[in-house]
Amino acid sequence: MADLRPENPYVPERIPDPEKKVVFPPEALRKFEQILERYPTRQAAMLPTLHLVQETWGWISPEAIVYVGELLDQTPAAVFGIVSFYNMYNQRPVGKYHLQVCTNLSCMLRNAYGIYERICERLAVRPGENTKDGRFTVTEVECLGSCGTAPVVQINHDYHEDLTVETMEQILGTLK
Amino acid sequence: MEPLKILTANVDKPDSASIDTYLAAGGYESLKKALSMTPERIIEEVKASELRGRGGAGFPTGMKWGFVPKNAPNPTYLLCNADEAEPGTFKDRLLIEKDPHLVIEGMIISAFAIGSCPMAYIYIRGEFWFGAQVLEKALAEARERGFLGKDILGSGFDLDVTVHRGAGAYICGEETGLIESLEGKRGQPRVKPPFPAVVGVFAGPTVVNNVETLACVPLIIGRGADWFKSIGVPKNTGPKLYCVSGQVRRPGVYEFPMDVSLRELIFDHCGGVPEGRKLKAVIPGGASAPMLSADEIEIPLTFDALMKAGSMLGSAAIIVIDESTCIVEVTWRLAKFFAHESCGQCTPCREGTNWLESVLWRLENGNGRPQDAELLLDMSDNIGGKSLCALGDAAIGPVMSSVKKFRDEYLHHVERKSCLPGTRRHRVQELAVAH
Repeated sequence: MADLRPENPYVPERIPDPEKKVVFPPEALRKFEQILERYPTRQAAMLPTLHLVQETWGWISPEAIVYVGELLDQTPAAVFGIVSFYNMYNQRPVGKYHLQVCTNLSCMLRNAYGIYERICERLAVRPGENTKDGRFTVTEVECLGSCGTAPVVQINHDYHEDLTVETMEQILGTLK
Repeated sequence: MEPLKILTANVDKPDSASIDTYLAAGGYESLKKALSMTPERIIEEVKASELRGRGGAGFPTGMKWGFVPKNAPNPTYLLCNADEAEPGTFKDRLLIEKDPHLVIEGMIISAFAIGSCPMAYIYIRGEFWFGAQVLEKALAEARERGFLGKDILGSGFDLDVTVHRGAGAYICGEETGLIESLEGKRGQPRVKPPFPAVVGVFAGPTVVNNVETLACVPLIIGRGADWFKSIGVPKNTGPKLYCVSGQVRRPGVYEFPMDVSLRELIFDHCGGVPEGRKLKAVIPGGASAPMLSADEIEIPLTFDALMKAGSMLGSAAIIVIDESTCIVEVTWRLAKFFAHESCGQCTPCREGTNWLESVLWRLENGNGRPQDAELLLDMSDNIGGKSLCALGDAAIGPVMSSVKKFRDEYLHHVERKSCLPGTRRHRVQELAVAH
């Protein structure tokens, strides 16, 4: 019963390397201070801080997990528990273009799997993985809340809606 | 029945998200009126309107507000649930992106009514990055005009709103899951009691309301509970947004009073199913709602009528399925969703949802066993009502209803090892992938 489930997502990429400490650049650090002001506890800043980590480095490395733990008075294990629970936190580096294909019911009924298949074929990539040149990542995701304009593919932050295999191919052609 | 233009009055206007467009349409007048009333009076008005929560459960909003204790030791919080992750639902996104000030005005009035502390939060799903930007901009505009901040419009009431982005977990739409997530934890629902109205986020009394619910509040305060009640039918009052998707000619968000029938909505307003095909099934309230077969659509879309029919209105997400689609595949796809989104806290849900998915997958691929239909019902029985939150119950809704209503199609899969003739597989067994 082969399926498209990616490999176990609950395993860290690697053990944090103590030689490779990371710290926020000044701009991100300023944003982090602003985040803290919005919440009565430090722990509540967890999700926005992890979003900030991902904005800064593109993914959440084991070293970044240790760093966030230090910032928010949490153990690395607690932070990793959050990172692995939520889908949007990338536990591995992703390409410049992260294509997230919704295949939930409303999209499936409008050929989302056909689109998904074509993307994988054209980019020669296995679902959930990066292309060899590291520029693209393709992931199957659950409902993106765009069912009235299904099917939808989210590329980085942007939604591309009402797609057909042809329009998807055109969009792929514009991604350089 | 004509569609309404009340909640969606502004969405088609150019630059509909700006505060000037909103003010030109009489925006923030309800807030001025509300600040001249007592909080108790506002709660009474909302109670009298019979407004029911638009997030899924349909709980009376005024009653929920009434549970908040006075003089609690910790600050009270208002949370706007914009997690909108129920498959088939996209109404909150419309309000957020096109008319954010309606939601914000609703939040300020509601926060004033429940005696919220100076900070309220909008928990928006992480994927709605654009919506979060729209909200941030709208909040900045509201602060600039004195609708948010210290001493709002000279009333002595202080409030600010923070947009909190989720990170891709369906379970955070469940109110206690949302609260845990806002506190910076995994979104695993809490044991109740205590209910959030008594002990919620940051140990304070907490009210969690859906986006559309909050958007109704300025309407009720502005035009009165009697006007609101005059729309729809008793106990199912006010304008309602319906999200129609799937195999239908004109999918989209439709606004109607709640006595519109499912048949009218699908066939008269959405153009029916495409290419002259026949309707097979309808999911009336998002992935969690048990399916209705084609002969059950002569039903008003109220909370009560759908509950009586063994389904639910939920988030009013109507997914239309026509005869060209294999019902086992549909059920499998929903089971896969719930298996993926189970938070892992309660064993019956964590294990059961995976087994439902596995059995449906083997049926769909011609490896089903004669006892599988019964097995699905038996497993469902071992999940339903045996976990902390409603996710397990939601997961079995589509499974039980489809096995009961389309049993022949399941038997066909077992006996012929294939889908019904004329039905199309949407997903091949393995995607052909180049290396």
